[in-house]
Amino acid sequence: MRGFLYVFAAMAVIASAFWAYQENYTTQSALCEVRGLYSDIGAAHDRLQMLRAEWAYLNRPDRLADLADLNFDRLGLLSLQPEAFGQVDQIIYPIPPILPITDPIEISNDTLDLGEDPL
Amino acid sequence: MRTPLRPLARILKARETGENPDMIEAENRARRHAATQDKARSRAEGRLLLLGLMFFCAFVVIGGRMGTLASSVPEEPRAAAEGNPIIGQRADIVDRNGRLLSTNLDTFSLYAHPRQMVDPAHTAAQLAAIFPEMDADRLLADFTGERRFLWLRRQMSPEQMQAVHDIGSPGLLFGPREMRLYPNGSLAAHILGGTRYGREGVSSAEVIGVAGVERQFDPFLRDPANEGAPLQLSIDLSIQAATERVLAGGMALMNAKGATAVLMDIHSGEIIAMASLPDFDPNSRPQVAVTGDQSDSPLFNRAVQGVYELGSVFKIFTIAQAMELGLVTADTIIDTTSPLAWGSFRIRDFRNYGPQNSVTNVIVKSSNVGTARIAMQIGAERQRDFLGQLGLLQATPVELIEAPTGAPLLPRNWSEISTMTISYGHGLSSSPLHLAAAYAAMVNGGTKVEPTLLRNTDPQPGPRVISAAVSQSVVDMLRTTVTEGTASMGDVAGYAVGGKTGTADKPRAAGGGYYDDKVISTFAAVFPASDPQYVLITTLDEPVETSGTEPRRTAGWTAVPVAAEIIRRTAPLLGLRPQMDMGDPDSVTLTAN
Repeated sequence: MRGFLYVFAAMAVIASAFWAYQENYTTQSALCEVRGLYSDIGAAHDRLQMLRAEWAYLNRPDRLADLADLNFDRLGLLSLQPEAFGQVDQIIYPIPPILPITDPIEISNDTLDLGEDPL
Repeated sequence: MRTPLRPLARILKARETGENPDMIEAENRARRHAATQDKARSRAEGRLLLLGLMFFCAFVVIGGRMGTLASSVPEEPRAAAEGNPIIGQRADIVDRNGRLLSTNLDTFSLYAHPRQMVDPAHTAAQLAAIFPEMDADRLLADFTGERRFLWLRRQMSPEQMQAVHDIGSPGLLFGPREMRLYPNGSLAAHILGGTRYGREGVSSAEVIGVAGVERQFDPFLRDPANEGAPLQLSIDLSIQAATERVLAGGMALMNAKGATAVLMDIHSGEIIAMASLPDFDPNSRPQVAVTGDQSDSPLFNRAVQGVYELGSVFKIFTIAQAMELGLVTADTIIDTTSPLAWGSFRIRDFRNYGPQNSVTNVIVKSSNVGTARIAMQIGAERQRDFLGQLGLLQATPVELIEAPTGAPLLPRNWSEISTMTISYGHGLSSSPLHLAAAYAAMVNGGTKVEPTLLRNTDPQPGPRVISAAVSQSVVDMLRTTVTEGTASMGDVAGYAVGGKTGTADKPRAAGGGYYDDKVISTFAAVFPASDPQYVLITTLDEPVETSGTEPRRTAGWTAVPVAAEIIRRTAPLLGLRPQMDMGDPDSVTLTAN
């Protein structure tokens, strides 16, 4: 019995050592991958930062005002004025659609429209 | 084989010789005992040796590990690091809607190792061709001298970097740099301030704030624990841009040498726009002027640092306090006989407004005499306490590094004559921002407001200064001033502007009285009067309006039209709907057929 226990313990030590060895290498490869991902994120962040800066630069109020002036003929853009606000009652109600004619009545000159020779 | 203690042969032999056989037993027992002891000792020695060996190994391992740790470059434990380790840059600054006001850009610096240069003359000539500010002869002197290391440029464009790269000199090297970028140029320049490089190394340099919020919030902006969270200001980019544009136009039209506008939310104290002209581009911040008047420098923030005697805009504080104390009501009749003599001092009105006027008319017509008489009823002590409650006696608590330099100038001795002159805005100098905060407290229902540049989504009302009823009367008087009084040009269709003008002569720089032809004209506006939301302080420095036959300098002709245009442009952007008077609906006529 004691011999079996010794052998079993030795096997357990070998097995756990093997497991720890494997885990160690998995962790190291994961860390390496994370490092790569961080560096990718960093690069993406830098790119994003550059794009945001460029976006802000292209949308700076001075440039937008100049562009609006430059393209006034085409776009007719004005700065927002109080007159731009309207009242609800300044908007006309939608015109009701014409109901479909379900039972047409024939009238005498209808035939003229059909292009028939009246004679 | 175990030896018996009493071996028979020896016993018999001992008996024959007459010796004591017990001696044999004792001898054998002692021998056996010695053998046992020897065995135990050797085992103990073995164990001690093993233990010593283990201790030795353990000490060697620990010592070795300590040695490696001490001699190796420190490395962060990556597996245990939490959060995002990427964002170590200075944080962005954004406006109240999240639009960028300040950000970073990666660029490169250029430095030289002259010892590694193959052809210094060629390198110097080529560098001078790329960078116009460099001098080839001086560079050559540096490159061929004793120096081993030389900074050439702090930052450069990618095109310039490529051109330097194309020179192909092994002695020219690049270091990564972070550059602070203000994409909107001079917009909100005084608020943002600017940055410079602090400690510089080859591989990095720290960016530190030098003025404005960049300096005030430097620790916050540099703290990596924020993980790149931006600093959100209360400024609105579009409104700031519109304000600056209109103000610049107004300043040019009115021939002023400087101008300021402060637009503030009266409930939260948030500054929506704050402009000071002339301004500068924080991307290339000008040098601090070493000679001349600092207040003429574009770096000078007139809204915060510019303390001026602001004139009649102060009258409303006197009237509000008198009403709060129950000394007068809006309809009380005040003696306004001009001039009012006090010892050798005479107080005059701009023109004679008749012997008697109601309190409302004192404000509407802006009577110095009437206000001074009311101030005499209040007294110096109470006046000082009241102005103190409004925050007019200390520097503003706004989050700018320059704020403490904008402390008001108070009279050394708050005498009775000081009380009278301060009641109409002379003898006490304060900044336009002080005035904005004090006006906000006057019209928001009567609670104190502290100006802030940070976005505040949950404003808490401050301590009460005047009652809500007095606050309402103040708003009504300000509205009447625009509809009937000195600020008639300030009316903006749809926005029911209320306000008070102030025209103060500038004191001579060398002391000794005031200039006759130089004024500070101010308009303190509140809108919409039906439900006040914002105050706008517009101040022009030395304006002259020359469209008439004689030059006009009063605020009603100079600051008021500019302020009205600012309100017309910014109120729609603030989301305020104009209240247009649509008139009565057409009457319905009944007809019979």
